[in-house]
Amino acid sequence: MDAVIASLPEYWDGFLRTLYLSVISGIIALLVGTLLAAMRVSPVAALRGFSMFYVEVARNTPLTIIFFFAAIVLPRLGVKFEQFEVAAIIALSSYTAAFIAEAVRSGVNSVPVGQAEAARSIGMTFTQVLGFIVLPQAVRTVIPPLINILIALVKNSSVAGAFFVLELFGYGRQLSNDYGDQVLWILLGVAFFYLLITVPLGLLAHFVERKVAIAR
Amino acid sequence: MTSVLYDVPGPKARLYSLLGSAAGILIILGVLAIAVTTLAQQGIFDADRWEIFYGPLAPDVWSLIGQGILSTLAAAAVAAVIAFPLGIGLCLLRISLIAWIRIPTQVVLEFLRGMPVVLMMLFVLLVFATGQFQAVVVGLTLYNAAIFAEILRAGIQSLPKGQREAGLAIGLRSFQSRMSIEFPQAVRRMLPSLVAQLVVLLKDTSLGYIVGYEELLRKIQIMADFLGPDFLFPAFFVGAAIYILINLTVSRIAILIERRGSKKAAGGVAPPSLRTGLVVGGNDPVAKDSVEGPDKK
Repeated sequence: MDAVIASLPEYWDGFLRTLYLSVISGIIALLVGTLLAAMRVSPVAALRGFSMFYVEVARNTPLTIIFFFAAIVLPRLGVKFEQFEVAAIIALSSYTAAFIAEAVRSGVNSVPVGQAEAARSIGMTFTQVLGFIVLPQAVRTVIPPLINILIALVKNSSVAGAFFVLELFGYGRQLSNDYGDQVLWILLGVAFFYLLITVPLGLLAHFVERKVAIAR
Repeated sequence: MTSVLYDVPGPKARLYSLLGSAAGILIILGVLAIAVTTLAQQGIFDADRWEIFYGPLAPDVWSLIGQGILSTLAAAAVAAVIAFPLGIGLCLLRISLIAWIRIPTQVVLEFLRGMPVVLMMLFVLLVFATGQFQAVVVGLTLYNAAIFAEILRAGIQSLPKGQREAGLAIGLRSFQSRMSIEFPQAVRRMLPSLVAQLVVLLKDTSLGYIVGYEELLRKIQIMADFLGPDFLFPAFFVGAAIYILINLTVSRIAILIERRGSKKAAGGVAPPSLRTGLVVGGNDPVAKDSVEGPDKK
């Protein structure tokens, strides 16, 4: 127990770095993911094909492999990063973007055709249909799964700890080396800090889900 | 592709779309070309870099890779086989009518789901001082059992109320109704999600790399360390390709099961084009209030 209290500064530092990795990668992934989803429904065949290929490959690649590529293979190919955080952010956001693209796309799919048809029949243009009718309804269905993807992102950021980034998991490994006799408490401490992020996010997802649920 | 979002494109729009396609392809090709030339400058495409896969060392290299695949699949298989019944058990406890069973289970499930899998693996490895294989399997099992439990619970909750009421009305006990009426239907409804979770489980075995389990990725690294840094990229390339191929295959099977399942749903209403943009109403087959007689099995 006292090992946990003695290493509170490390925990705090790791906690902040986990948050930092998750927030930055989350924002990038949201942007790229939405872009990929838009490409997927666009009339341009090449964009559709690219988006489909990217999503399919990224979703079926283990995150560890992407990290291995970004942190170990890329530097040896001459792409060097100032900090390993950059590699971690690239890996996390490129992986998460694929899942976000899928969620956004299925959200758009969940809007009944009749809605878009009705909007078209009263003379709305493509942008109006999307902006006033389809997306506002799609967002409601998309937000709970998006929060779940972000929870997964927070948990996935732990993989960065194995690739030279000292976030929560990285500190957990280091501290359990330093305090070999109190591993149990050290790791429970790490778990506590993860739950501090994931449990409130989970509650938020539940809350939003109930708030915006629409009976169809 | 026809879509209700926009009109059928006229000649002008088709031209723009064609130009857009061309520009898109050009950009993608450009990025690829830059990547390939950078790689070529490093001598990646020199034949001697790839010699390890067909030269005199090839048998050793392939047997290492084979061992890696086997240990990856072994960990995934053992974890899946244990996690499924455990998930059913946890689900039963989670929907128990008795509060002092239900609430602690809920806390445990939230705890397991809010935890990075790799942290659980490390926990088992260090606290219980097990081998790496056991650590990987236990970590994967606990996490996925919790997910299976939640998926099954969602399945049971999506069933029409009448199913359970009918079961109770003909004199089944609560547990009997769960096991013989509700679970079979819930498993059936949730089969796509369950198989999708199996793909996640398979992917997560690669976390074993972090706790030192000698799965495919670790073998690749051992190989590259042994042969020298020049061979890192070829080894990684082949390893990653194998991993992705295995996962893609399992994903394909998942999609096949999903299609089959949705065709068999009540009324035979299959949403075949759920995966093709905004073309269908895309009702979730799971959310549909269908009643399936046991005779349809």
